[in-house]
Amino acid sequence: MAEPIKTLKQLEDIKKEYLAAQEKYDYIVYVCGGAGCVAASCETVKNTLIAEAGKAGIGAKTLVIQTGCMGTCAIGPVMLVTPGNIFYTELNAAKVKTIVSDHLVNGKVVEEYTYYDAALEKHVPCMDDINFFKKQVKIALRNCGAMAYNDIAAYIARDGYQAACKALTELSPQKVVDEVKASGLRGRGGAGFPTGIKWQAAHDQKAEQKYMVCNADEGDPGAFMDRSILDGDPHSVVEGMLLGGYAIGASIGFIYIRAEYPVAVERISEAIDQARKAGLLGKDIFGSGFDFDLEIRIGAGVYVCGEETALMASIEGRRGEPRQKPPLPFQKGLFGCPTNINNVETLANIPAIIKNGGKWYAQYGIEDSKGTKVFALAGDVVMTGIVEVPIGMTMREIIFDICGGIPNGKKFKAVQSGGPSGGVVTEADLDTPTDYKSLQQLGAIMGSGILIVMNEDTCMVDSARYFMEFTREESCGKCNACRLGTKRMLEILERIVDGEGEEGDVELLEELCEVVAETSLCGLGQTAPNAVMSTIRYFRDEYNEHIRDGICRAGVCFTQRDKKAYPQRLRGRVL
Amino acid sequence: MNNESTGSGVKAMDVKTAAAANKGCEGCNQEAFDKIGNIIDLYKDKEGSLIQVLHKAQEVYGYLPLELQSFIADGLGMSLSEVSGVVTFYPFFKTKPHGRHTISICMGTACYVRGGKKLVDTIHELLGIEVGETTGDGMFTFMVERCIGACGLAPAIMVDDTVYREVDEEMLAAIIEKYRKEEVSK
Repeated sequence: MAEPIKTLKQLEDIKKEYLAAQEKYDYIVYVCGGAGCVAASCETVKNTLIAEAGKAGIGAKTLVIQTGCMGTCAIGPVMLVTPGNIFYTELNAAKVKTIVSDHLVNGKVVEEYTYYDAALEKHVPCMDDINFFKKQVKIALRNCGAMAYNDIAAYIARDGYQAACKALTELSPQKVVDEVKASGLRGRGGAGFPTGIKWQAAHDQKAEQKYMVCNADEGDPGAFMDRSILDGDPHSVVEGMLLGGYAIGASIGFIYIRAEYPVAVERISEAIDQARKAGLLGKDIFGSGFDFDLEIRIGAGVYVCGEETALMASIEGRRGEPRQKPPLPFQKGLFGCPTNINNVETLANIPAIIKNGGKWYAQYGIEDSKGTKVFALAGDVVMTGIVEVPIGMTMREIIFDICGGIPNGKKFKAVQSGGPSGGVVTEADLDTPTDYKSLQQLGAIMGSGILIVMNEDTCMVDSARYFMEFTREESCGKCNACRLGTKRMLEILERIVDGEGEEGDVELLEELCEVVAETSLCGLGQTAPNAVMSTIRYFRDEYNEHIRDGICRAGVCFTQRDKKAYPQRLRGRVL
Repeated sequence: MNNESTGSGVKAMDVKTAAAANKGCEGCNQEAFDKIGNIIDLYKDKEGSLIQVLHKAQEVYGYLPLELQSFIADGLGMSLSEVSGVVTFYPFFKTKPHGRHTISICMGTACYVRGGKKLVDTIHELLGIEVGETTGDGMFTFMVERCIGACGLAPAIMVDDTVYREVDEEMLAAIIEKYRKEEVSK
């Protein structure tokens, strides 16, 4: 791109050119380059594909595109062959060779290597017929797995930056805020605060300097939805930030991203460079007179830095400890200036909302939880991976209909929703819609969208202990309630799983839970007791069995834990 | 949050060593210090750049010994305690050198319920070291991560920047063997 992009026409020309260039190919093969497939060596798949197509003399007629995550991490490496949308799974070099010779050369689909639906007991070659994809509505993930993650032209060809163009050239900042308000979008990072209201507050502040911040410190264990977006569609985050900056009147944006995600850091940095070169970041964007640029800040392995005040302290180069609110970030945030902080998934939704209108987005979802939500499924479920569904779909539909249920003939026990701050949902409540309110009533939360599925081999007391160990470890130590409370609760849980629980321990836990939840400084401490309270609520019997009868139904406790050495070893992690 | 390294950090401070750092220090890699000096010059006028400098310094030096922290503090016009406070708050910053390869076992929820715990025990048995320690030959450092975001591949481990999926005890042994062999063949 030689000259800066200033008009919608330029965007449309790039789109036309990109799509026209694709027409000369007989086949376009999308190879998934999400984190899961990378670990399963999709690079070999891609290279073999290119080499074999070359050998077969169809190299010039076959376009191989590496994409972001397609969502089916359990069966990677995967690839999609178009036309036909044939979805191949669990690939290796030998399989790719056969696919090239049979499918790409002779036009015959290699059915035995295509997606296998265990419930239907048959192969389902076409992506459009696969249950996993059929029930999803992809808005935040609209481009993930569907285009080259590292090419701004590919993003533009999928109508990227059109929303930014429309906003900066036609809409006032207030109009942009109004559109987001109308969409009913709520923060996808965990707290679920209405994004439009947040933007309005930041917009209304009068200040010379304001900041826009993207919270990409996805630290909840079990969460990888933000990573998928950053890896697979970094430009949507850049455009979301640009729109946010315009709406609130910020000229600088920071993306705070975990050091544990080196690939995401690389890809978002590349996207920022591309956007800058195309004139979509920098001075006078779209000739509107609006200036905006982005900087990246890399975290350093502290969970609590996902909390907004801690995150800002960390961007300022200090210890990432949370502070008292108010002042809220929109009043006094980064370097003392009004600051608006949004999560990655929230921002990825913004361009689609501005382009199609708030009303369009609000048609999905239910009453006070509009739109779609990305869930990350892990644990004992057939299809571990990423899905995006309209909010309000039931847990049963997500786990059983879309993700294929529990593998190896085991029984479903519970699903942990919302990570360390969340709680469990049991069989009896599986038909509850997954929206902010309903989940909260069950003692779980939507959170960032983590669903850890647990089968009958999981001990609920041990899982509570696990989460408490996590929060105890990650407690920054600033406030007493959290520092000491998590430690004491962990001690009680440890003695229960060690078979040394005492009568009254459960009641003591409940009391501690209440105190820690009510008196902690930040969200980490306030929500730390959730995992304990929720497991006590639904599995009180299991606690009592551990204490009174020395029985662990799942057979995990009392056995392998070397009492002295184990916690010590984990603690030493931090060096 | 960081019991051990706080101990090894400020408490062990040797005033002489810290002072020596201003003029470069004996036994320290002078070339690396010069490089880090250049990095500091790039950042020193920018508000709140300490963490960025530390990231870059660790890239160059491998870890952040007290001498280096002192050097950075002087360069940025901060006190050593401020710098050390930040270094020891963030687990990503290392105050001791790491082995040539870092094995990180993920202990995120998904990996935990699928057997990450067993892998921790396996490493302990195979290498005879605890979390955070390095083998005597300087080959491996053993770490535990809270979640590497590879939950769909649980239990996952990382050796340096490479993620290995659905690892069991046998695979883990094979992976360690692989790195040992590579070392020998060099």
